[in-house]
Amino acid sequence: MSTFSFNHINEEKFTALLERYPDKSSLMLPSLWMVQYQEGWISLDAMQYLAKKLECSAMDVYSVASFYTMFLLQPIGTYHLQLCKTLSCMLAGSKTMQEHLQERLGIRAGETSKDGKFTLSLVECLGSCGTSPCMRLNDDYIENLTVEKLDALLEELSHDR
Amino acid sequence: MIVKLVSKNFDIPEAYTLPIAREHGRYASLEKLFKMSPDEVTTEVEKSGLRGKGGGGAHTGEKWRLISPKNTKPVYLVINADEGEPGTFKDRQILEFDPHLLIEGIICSSYAIGAHHAYIYIRGEYVFWMNRLQNAIDEAYAAGILGESILGHKYALHVTIHKGAGAYICGEKTALLESLEGKRGHPRLKPKGKEPEWFFGNPTVVNNVETIASVPYIINEGYGAYQMYGTKESPGTMLFGISGHVERPGVYELPFGTSMKEVIYDLCGGIKNGKKLKAVIPGGSSVQILRADEIEDITLDYESLKAHGSSLGTGGMIVMDEDVSIPEVMKSLFEFYHHESCGQCTPCREGTGWVDRILAKILAGKGTKEDYQTILDACDMLNGKTICVFAPSVAFIAQSYLKKFKDEFEVLIK
Repeated sequence: MSTFSFNHINEEKFTALLERYPDKSSLMLPSLWMVQYQEGWISLDAMQYLAKKLECSAMDVYSVASFYTMFLLQPIGTYHLQLCKTLSCMLAGSKTMQEHLQERLGIRAGETSKDGKFTLSLVECLGSCGTSPCMRLNDDYIENLTVEKLDALLEELSHDR
Repeated sequence: MIVKLVSKNFDIPEAYTLPIAREHGRYASLEKLFKMSPDEVTTEVEKSGLRGKGGGGAHTGEKWRLISPKNTKPVYLVINADEGEPGTFKDRQILEFDPHLLIEGIICSSYAIGAHHAYIYIRGEYVFWMNRLQNAIDEAYAAGILGESILGHKYALHVTIHKGAGAYICGEKTALLESLEGKRGHPRLKPKGKEPEWFFGNPTVVNNVETIASVPYIINEGYGAYQMYGTKESPGTMLFGISGHVERPGVYELPFGTSMKEVIYDLCGGIKNGKKLKAVIPGGSSVQILRADEIEDITLDYESLKAHGSSLGTGGMIVMDEDVSIPEVMKSLFEFYHHESCGQCTPCREGTGWVDRILAKILAGKGTKEDYQTILDACDMLNGKTICVFAPSVAFIAQSYLKKFKDEFEVLIK
């Protein structure tokens, strides 16, 4: 038995979405997103819950959840810094940004800071090539990055909470 | 140089809201649209010569014709907003500055193919753009522009945004549909003849954002007006995104046939910091690279780039100055392609990784003479042995880097 369940808002969203697709299975990605926004990540427990809801096997849910890079299968820090490293950002100096972030945060890419506040990830093209280098901070884009801009941002975030 | 057919409202403040959008001509084409039959709309688009702006360049009207008039199943329109080819960042401008143009285009296109539900598949990272688009859709519903009877006409259309989750391959239309059906984004086997796409077994058209956003102009002004711009085989305009080492990177709407040199040196202010040009990737990272000496007489259209051994692709140009190391560029791209291979076909899943590892070895100064040949052999294994065009594209670009910048690899290989 899974202990996860959708909250009230997501339950309503799910019911409303059922009307908008010819088949229930289309709700796979939207449902995984709802879990992730509700819990911060997607646990095996939640996948079992979705399997029941979507009338498929838990393995089907896992297979999809693990395919897409944006689905988090383990918890991460409060602030997720996703730095783009692909070509246009690389040409604009994303490597320097990475080194600076690693030094400031005391973690390497792929790690979470000890206080659980920051997770640093390197990601492939964010579609922000004209305003590179670019990074996502949770759901927001921060473009035309400079070392100074990063410092100001980290300063601001460290006072948060 | 700049022509504003699609980007006309980009500079108007708050043109993403319905009142301002309407003030500046949005939804004006609908009056005309409903006086035409769906067949007439398709004919108009066909005659305009409008080609898909997501990379493939297929003729839009022809694609719409694949929906059989005898079809009795529900028809769907799916908008490909899964932008994310390195170097490509044009569709987000439409979503950001003029989302109502996209909705207007969706109405025109859905009417032409007989669809009553359209899905916009947008990359998961574009949360800001998704919210903006959703606001526009909500506004349109509230104003009776979307819903059961569009502006009082006997035509129902619903639009739903579907959020992707970080998979480059979902920009490939069949992988996109698999993903929309709730599965892994694995491309489908290609049919023998020409067919529409299928969404849960229903005939479906998949079009890029910019393609659909070009339709209202054609309906409003007629196919002839659209053909005034561009060249014979590439009529109209395209949003070109220029990134990399230019003084003024950005998105510019240009008629097809514009000189590449003029774009780089005049429009974009030339190479940054007074450096010299080394190379250009003309149409998103999955097309062949061009050396500085090859771009002299290139014009931005399907014909010219094909004749010069590359492709127009998405029109996303990446410009590189003389200090750039081409083996490092190639390594960056192979990290991308290896990460983004969907894993369905072994040659692609393994081959992209092999090449990536060999490049790492070469860059670490441990390359051997055989490595150069091994990459070329791997390209042979990648080309033509997989379900979709991801692997062949990777092979073609690898070959172009190795051939055109052989000396840079030789310096690194002992």
